[in-house]
Amino acid sequence: MTEVSVAKDDVAATGDLVVLKSVNKHFGALHVLQDIDLTIARGEVVVVIGPSGSGKSTLCRAINRLETIDSGDITIDGKPLPQEGKALARLRADVGMVFQSFNLFAHKTVLENVMLGQIKVRKADKKVAEEKARALLDRVGVATQADKYPAQLSGGQQQRVAIARALAMDPKVMLFDEPTSALDPEMINEVLEVMQQLAREGMTMIVVTHEMGFARSAANRVVFMADGRIVEEAVPDQFFSNPRSDRAKDFLSKILHH
Amino acid sequence: MFDFLEGYDLLGAFWVTIQLTLLSAVGSLVWGTLLAAMRVGPVPLMRGFGTFYVNTVRNIPLTVIILFTSLGLSQTLGVTMGAADNFETQNFRLAVLGLTLYTSAFVCEALRSGINTVPVGQAEAARAIGLNFTQVLTLVVLPQAFRSVVGPLANVLIALTKNTTVAAAIGVAEAALLMKEMIENEAQLILISAVFAFGFVCLTLPTGLILGWVGKKVAVKR
Ligand SMILES: Nc1ncnc2c1ncn2[C@@H]1O[C@H](COP(=O)(O)OP(=O)(O)O)[C@@H](O)[C@H]1O
Ligand SMILES: [Mg+2]
Repeated sequence: MTEVSVAKDDVAATGDLVVLKSVNKHFGALHVLQDIDLTIARGEVVVVIGPSGSGKSTLCRAINRLETIDSGDITIDGKPLPQEGKALARLRADVGMVFQSFNLFAHKTVLENVMLGQIKVRKADKKVAEEKARALLDRVGVATQADKYPAQLSGGQQQRVAIARALAMDPKVMLFDEPTSALDPEMINEVLEVMQQLAREGMTMIVVTHEMGFARSAANRVVFMADGRIVEEAVPDQFFSNPRSDRAKDFLSKILHH
Repeated sequence: MFDFLEGYDLLGAFWVTIQLTLLSAVGSLVWGTLLAAMRVGPVPLMRGFGTFYVNTVRNIPLTVIILFTSLGLSQTLGVTMGAADNFETQNFRLAVLGLTLYTSAFVCEALRSGINTVPVGQAEAARAIGLNFTQVLTLVVLPQAFRSVVGPLANVLIALTKNTTVAAAIGVAEAALLMKEMIENEAQLILISAVFAFGFVCLTLPTGLILGWVGKKVAVKR
């Protein structure tokens, strides 16, 4: 891992951007999110970590309402999540999401992938959208692939395009759900570097990942989830070297020794 | 040997067949796509309607549907399809309506299987950038769904071409009606059948070949 450490203390907390209050969600009998309270400040980078099935993806998906919640409140920039319709679509555009499986639109070129939302959601002019898309592709290092289709790109390139696609909407916050878990090892760093760059530029980020290098160098805070609950929150160094809860100790010993 | 063809407007009859096919194809593509959209949409009432429609219509014989448009819609309910004084035009339009109502159920099901080939993640990513349901469907899901079902849709189109012969039941002057007339008038059963069979093959074979090629050409690589 390249040694890029954000000056964590410089990030001025200018208010809370994402606030979850006693959020509960069930999948049938499974209580997948249990009384989740979580506040993310503007410019903060929070890494969410925890065993598989602990509800990390559901948490991310609830934040831009790809999943509904049963009770509790979620606000983005002071506004509660709308129920449906136009307001919800607008909110989703403000919350960028990057998925484990990239999910690029397979029938559109890389450039078109990054232009689509700008044109159809932000109603941007085509020329303006293309310029911005090219600039973003350049920023994530795949400018030369602009006219190819997703299937012609490596996983690492696809994920960087997916990040560019999300950034094209000028999101207030970016959610990353295990963005490097589906990648071959040699491609993980190229994606993490883009994310680190984003963090340095002050993007508010919620990142589900087990990449401890990233957590240590880019995160302001680590949130540890198990069985649908937030079990522990701490700054990265403290969490990794000195976890308080038994669940966290147990989990860390497993991911460190595999 | 082909003297028996004299005095019959063979090309004219096949032209009616082609018109029936093309108009019904366009109609079923539109209505079938709307039905598919209803069936995958978030509104329970529409989903219910779509499911009910498809399951009912595709299980009714086409002859019954065509006869219903004529006897039920036209003669009982007075639907004239904007051609009250021209019986021929009226029946032609009723036949297009019947063929469309019937074929759209098959278009819907072909499309729905195409929709299932599009990874859910892409629809979620589309929602995540702020596209609404209609945009997700028309910009991301349907374009890929169509590309993956060109083959099945070609089969629906071929079936439709042959199904237009049912319009003879309400007197539309398409190929099958002329064939019936010729068989009654001429003592050339086998030759006449062969001519008409050949005519239909001329219509359907290129459909299959061209759309098969198109299907390969537009296939989405994953
Ligand atoms: N759509 C769903 N329907 C039913 N159960 C689900 C669904 N999505 C996730 N789950 C279940 O919820 C639990 C939490 O899942 P998830 O949030 O994906 O966990 P994580 O991302 O931490 O691995 C798991 O037990 C999973 O099987
Ligand atoms: Mg997950």
